[in-house]
Amino acid sequence: MSSQHYKWIGTRPNRPDGADKVTGRARFGADFNMPGQLVGKVLRSPHAHARIKSIDTSKAEALHGVKAVVTAKDFPEQPNQIVPAGEMQANLRDVTRNVMAREKALYDGHAVAAVAATTSEIASEALALIKVDYEVLPHVIDVDDAMKDGAPILHDHLRTDGLTPPSDKPTNIAKRLEFVKGDIAAGLAKADVVIEREYKTAAVHQGYIEPHATLASATEDGQVQVWSTTQGHFQVRGFCSRLLNIETSQIRVTATEIGGGFGGKTVVYLEPVAIRLSQKSGKPVKMVMERSEVFRASGPTSGGTLRVKIGATRDGRIVAADTTIALQSGAFPGSPVGPACMCSFACYDIDNIKVIGFDVVSNRPKVAAYRAPGAPIAAWAVESTIDLVAEALRMDPIDLRLKNAARKGTKTHYGPTFNTIGMVETLEAAKNSPHYKTPVKPGHARGVAAGFWFNVGADSSAAAHVGEDGTVTVISGNPDIGGSRASLALMAAETLGVDYDKVRPVIADTSSIGFNFVTGGSRVTFATGLAVVNAVRDMIENLKGRAAKIWEVEPDAVIWENGYAKPASSNVGKFEPLSLAQLAAQAGKTGGPINGHAQLNAQGAGPGFGVHIVDLSVDRDTGIVTVERYTAAQDVGTAIHPSYVEGQLQGGVAQGVGWALNEEYIYDAKGRLQNAGFLDYRMPVASDLPMIETVLVEVPNPSHPYGVRGVGEVPIVPPMAAIGNAIARATEVRMLDLPMSPPRLSAALDAMAPKRAAE
Amino acid sequence: MSKLHVTTTINGEPTEFLCDARETMLDVLRDRLGLTGTKEGCGSGDCGACSITVDGRLVCACLMFGAEAEGSQIGTIEGLAEGEKLHPLQKRFIELAALQCGICTPGFLVAAKALLDRNKNPTETEVRYWLAGNLCRCTGYDKIIRAVMDVAAELRGATR
Ligand code: FES
Ligand code: FES
Repeated sequence: MSSQHYKWIGTRPNRPDGADKVTGRARFGADFNMPGQLVGKVLRSPHAHARIKSIDTSKAEALHGVKAVVTAKDFPEQPNQIVPAGEMQANLRDVTRNVMAREKALYDGHAVAAVAATTSEIASEALALIKVDYEVLPHVIDVDDAMKDGAPILHDHLRTDGLTPPSDKPTNIAKRLEFVKGDIAAGLAKADVVIEREYKTAAVHQGYIEPHATLASATEDGQVQVWSTTQGHFQVRGFCSRLLNIETSQIRVTATEIGGGFGGKTVVYLEPVAIRLSQKSGKPVKMVMERSEVFRASGPTSGGTLRVKIGATRDGRIVAADTTIALQSGAFPGSPVGPACMCSFACYDIDNIKVIGFDVVSNRPKVAAYRAPGAPIAAWAVESTIDLVAEALRMDPIDLRLKNAARKGTKTHYGPTFNTIGMVETLEAAKNSPHYKTPVKPGHARGVAAGFWFNVGADSSAAAHVGEDGTVTVISGNPDIGGSRASLALMAAETLGVDYDKVRPVIADTSSIGFNFVTGGSRVTFATGLAVVNAVRDMIENLKGRAAKIWEVEPDAVIWENGYAKPASSNVGKFEPLSLAQLAAQAGKTGGPINGHAQLNAQGAGPGFGVHIVDLSVDRDTGIVTVERYTAAQDVGTAIHPSYVEGQLQGGVAQGVGWALNEEYIYDAKGRLQNAGFLDYRMPVASDLPMIETVLVEVPNPSHPYGVRGVGEVPIVPPMAAIGNAIARATEVRMLDLPMSPPRLSAALDAMAPKRAAE
Repeated sequence: MSKLHVTTTINGEPTEFLCDARETMLDVLRDRLGLTGTKEGCGSGDCGACSITVDGRLVCACLMFGAEAEGSQIGTIEGLAEGEKLHPLQKRFIELAALQCGICTPGFLVAAKALLDRNKNPTETEVRYWLAGNLCRCTGYDKIIRAVMDVAAELRGATR
């Protein structure tokens, strides 16, 4: 497709960190150690909601081998205000309380104290010696319950933001949002068909295989080093700086290789605690979460309750779309309800839209980002309802979507007007895919759904250095979570006109490169890619200047082509082209080392659209769903390294299948998490899935020199609805709540059975 | 607590270590022997990140006591490559992008090798069920399965 005229972009070379990662050499979070390090462990609340009356740590401190104990007292109080922390918006009052509970424990698993000891066994023993006097309070888990009058209140100071007139009542509703376009009542009046349903989704975890891990070393002169498995080492630095009142320049954070994150490793849990323990003990402290801690205390994404009402005319034009979305934020405000509201109808060009959102706290772990945060939850409800509209109108579900598809010039309900986007192209690609053209097999049923994600730009820094032999190092500051080193090296090689293997990409620590926003939002290949391209261009300017010096001509008389400096025209004079290696060899004489730098706040991240098709079968006795065939089509801008783009689509689909069919946080009556392990929180395994076909639609992003759009988030948006829509066609049962797990689906099928028998 | 003295062979190297009676083989490998290629994803036998072989059998190192290694032949990811030559599975995993973050990769490679050691011609279904004890959250398994099937075919071709 569009990559035809590129030499490197669009090819599939081996990734630069491949050998390290297949030999066990790559060092992930838990693989870092320092001489004399201590083991840090966290004591966690067994209660969903409890006042902490006192904590007695004296016995633990007296235990031989214990070198430090910390509680909330060891962390300074923070103001109740939203501030930038490592370029993220966060309420530091809440962040410090999530890191270490202060007045109250707000969820099962909430950290209340931590110890550092010479061995893991002693650390565990010390935890058992800490005496916390709790006053257990009534708790609330469910969003709907938390919104009711008389619900247990988590934060006495919390008032609903966004209410007119403002209310002074303590509440669990942190925020109300509203987006309106056109006139919803007028739109509904025009509709021939109106469908309205209520949906629910369960909280699900990102499920990265590598647990959170960190190693911190604080020295007597106030300097701190941290190694952490994180999607944003600059965020770790920013948060730790704020939470512990340490200047950022005193903290140096190295991102280890990262074993998955999906948004869940963009916040801090262990790092501030490990630093504090290290400060108090004078020794390096290593902390690694157990899997159960990952589930109980690190961010899942929200579950929610949604109502959707869609009206359409007989010819399939959607004339009104209305939704209310209430999302769990966990124990502190800050669910992804904003993006859920914005993404809800973004795939479509609809005149009349009304979206209302609520951000609701309850006694659950504070949610963290999870791949396209909020969008999959909204899409579950919206895309299911659109399928019902298609059924009511007896229209092909892709044709209905094509008729209403957003395109260039569509004004969204949340403000922006789309530039060049690929929704129509993606729908057409799905329609023309081998999968959709194949008739559905007997016993199988087919479902379709679409999805949207904005994609993110934001801050990135990069540098490029020429070595003495003319090979190049490209330095950036985003942890590589799924092959981004390869895509950055490809873009650098393309820009410079040299071979891919002459470019080595390196990820620098927070003290060795300028600020970089997190690896997240599908921004690295776009924004950091842009920084890399600009750094290389900067270096090329430098290289041209060197050639000009050697030739004794003006710098603008030199051009750069295919890795060589050449005279711009024959008027300049007759000079043999100079290679990178030749220029590098003479660098000392022409001005010293040859480097390039770039820093930017990338604008114009191109939105992405996906359309998924699933064929599945349902075992009516057990309610077990088998995914028989799956195709994901997506507008990917330009596929820089197509294998990793396909991999993003395939991985997103697998997570979506888990979200649809099995995954959920299950609480008992006391508000304790019942399935904090991989056995009971069941994620898809290889035998649960078929091959996942991908269709890469390339509609280049006009705001990027190589047309890059983020690709990682979109593919988790459509699967739940695609699967629900197929189940509805297979069984005539329309599931409204996620997950559509075997017990739930078989109960729904049983409830249908008498009706079927009567027919 | 007095420690146990264990004599074993790891990746062909005679090895001795001391460990506590309740210490897992995973902790021995990672914390005592510095073999951190074997990963811990759960510590409860549910993710396969800690896959090793014990006398040719595929085992979760987190479910085995270090003391049980006495007298056996242990295989870990660090023993897969021969000198500077990657095992065909390692090579193919890189070429086919069968890893994204790579935390599950050592476990998958050890498990896949154990499969190919006993079944030269597995079907896709057999590969999927054999690897069902290994969780990968990044790839959706597609490229992993393809890489294993590919290498199986390649090895059959080579030994025919
Ligand atoms: S760590 Fe052993 S199976 Fe997960
Ligand atoms: S590649 Fe990340 S878990 Fe498999």
